[in-house]
Amino acid sequence: MGQIELKGVTKRFGDVEVIPPLDLHIGEGEFVVFVGPSGCGKSTLLRLIAGLEDVSGGHIEIDGQDATDLPPAKRSLAMVFQSYALYPHMSVRKNIAFPLKMAKADQATIDAKIENAARILNLTDYLHRRPGQLSGGQRQRVAIGRAIVREPAAFLFDEPLSNLDAALRVNMRLEISELHQKLKTTMVYVTHDQVEAMTMADKIVVLHAGVIEQVGSPLELYRSPRNKFVAGFIGSPKMNFIEGPEAAKHNAHTIGIRPEHIGISSTEGAWKGTVGVSEHLGSDTFLHVDTEFGLINVRGDGEVGLHAGDSVWLTPDLAQLHKFNADGKAI
Amino acid sequence: MARKTSNRRKLVLTIIAWSIGFVIFFPILWTIILSFKSEGDAIKTPLQVLTSHWTFESYGLVQERSNYFRHFMNSVVISFGSVILALIIGIPSAWAMAFVPGKRTKDVLMWMLSTKMMPAVGVLVPIYLMFRDWGLLDTRTGLIIVLCLMNLPIVIWMLYTYFKEIPSEILEAARMDGAGLRSEILYVLTPMAVPGIASTLLLNVILSWNEAFWTLNLTAAKAAPLTAFIAAYSSPEGLFYAKLSAASTLAIAPILILGWFSQKQLVRGLTFGAVK
Repeated sequence: MGQIELKGVTKRFGDVEVIPPLDLHIGEGEFVVFVGPSGCGKSTLLRLIAGLEDVSGGHIEIDGQDATDLPPAKRSLAMVFQSYALYPHMSVRKNIAFPLKMAKADQATIDAKIENAARILNLTDYLHRRPGQLSGGQRQRVAIGRAIVREPAAFLFDEPLSNLDAALRVNMRLEISELHQKLKTTMVYVTHDQVEAMTMADKIVVLHAGVIEQVGSPLELYRSPRNKFVAGFIGSPKMNFIEGPEAAKHNAHTIGIRPEHIGISSTEGAWKGTVGVSEHLGSDTFLHVDTEFGLINVRGDGEVGLHAGDSVWLTPDLAQLHKFNADGKAI
Repeated sequence: MARKTSNRRKLVLTIIAWSIGFVIFFPILWTIILSFKSEGDAIKTPLQVLTSHWTFESYGLVQERSNYFRHFMNSVVISFGSVILALIIGIPSAWAMAFVPGKRTKDVLMWMLSTKMMPAVGVLVPIYLMFRDWGLLDTRTGLIIVLCLMNLPIVIWMLYTYFKEIPSEILEAARMDGAGLRSEILYVLTPMAVPGIASTLLLNVILSWNEAFWTLNLTAAKAAPLTAFIAAYSSPEGLFYAKLSAASTLAIAPILILGWFSQKQLVRGLTFGAVK
């Protein structure tokens, strides 16, 4: 249960094609993350799978059944929205019971499933409250509870953590990952935050202007990005790109090197520069170094005793160098 | 010092506000005063009116001559009936326009509003003839239908504005949760829009209650509401001020009381879309 297949799916709004023909396979039990900058079509793609938007062309199959023209309710998918989208006039219990009521489940089943979901999500003490009386994290858990009780073929998450504060976001990220391990149900998750994508996904789908740039495991994307866009999008801080004679030395139009793959020395190295801004986090040190190729970001392990204005030598780890041709494709 | 000035300013503003309020309320107040006078006293100069004898005789005479309660019931049935019918039609219409707008939705809304700009008398003859042929003249059903049609544009506009404030994600969540169109409107949209629906109901009940053109032209005796009851006292043979005032007071009292208790909802209804 929980295989989703997109075949030549397109979406147009009027004359604007936001998603050109696109094929994608989402396997059973996979945690798939759609990631990309805002406006790349990732939420639209999720809404097409959910049935909240009609496709302009192509087919969507869920568990081998053609679901292209099925209404959202008939697709056995559950969705968690960015704004939580709880029913404000219902208690937490009634919110979670709503999909079961719609499915005409009997009261005993409803009660059992609510108790179970509340236990998994630590909501037992809040069942009688209204959504307005809950914190952001609790509301998000209610939204997830409402999705769990349906026992869907797949869960769809539309940027579910972006309304939460940073600390809570890290917690909820863990909770969702744990939930996936517990339920082993297919999950499709949309985010613009590449850290969320890297930490949660079995498989990442990088989207750019409605086009799939690359599909792969987080480490595949990190190690061998197929093009400059993916290379720049995955990884934090961003990969450094250098063009011109330095790139030509490596027979490439552009070379890319990640901040963590550059050695730092105050006495010798390949590239000379001056420290602009230095960020000392204790566990890491981020240096923004002015060089003859422009600004290079470097990440040093632990505390690096360099500050603004200091001279520094940088040495890229050549084994970790990425090369791109003039079209931005990896060589 | 600053405090003193602001207090004086407050006093002046309060006096002005109360004066304007009094001027607006004066006709109603005078009507109520006249209703407690005898027919002879009611036509005297204002000072004499105020100092003359107070009596309930006009109320007695009005009730004797025409059955107030029957007119009252007609008014209740017609105004609530027409608005409830309008809500039954208006809620799904406003849902469609607010959540699944098409290219021409704005035009449809404007067109509906434009029908309110046409003088009612323009369609009196065709509607009168249709009502005659269909046996709807002087029936409550007929008036419910015509007043529903009159208020439908306002009902749909008001509901549309309220529905626009409801995040569409909540309705999409309901759809994902397996709700069909009927369940979505019945269990999710309507309960969330209750304040909006309540003020729509109240405002339109008041409009229907006071509607005089159609109620006077399409009724005779059986279905005549309170507007016709008042009109019966302004006769060609001369005005009976005291009795007319008593009838008017009786006619506006129920709606005045309803309005008083639902002030908050009404203000919200009248300023809909303005706040938030």
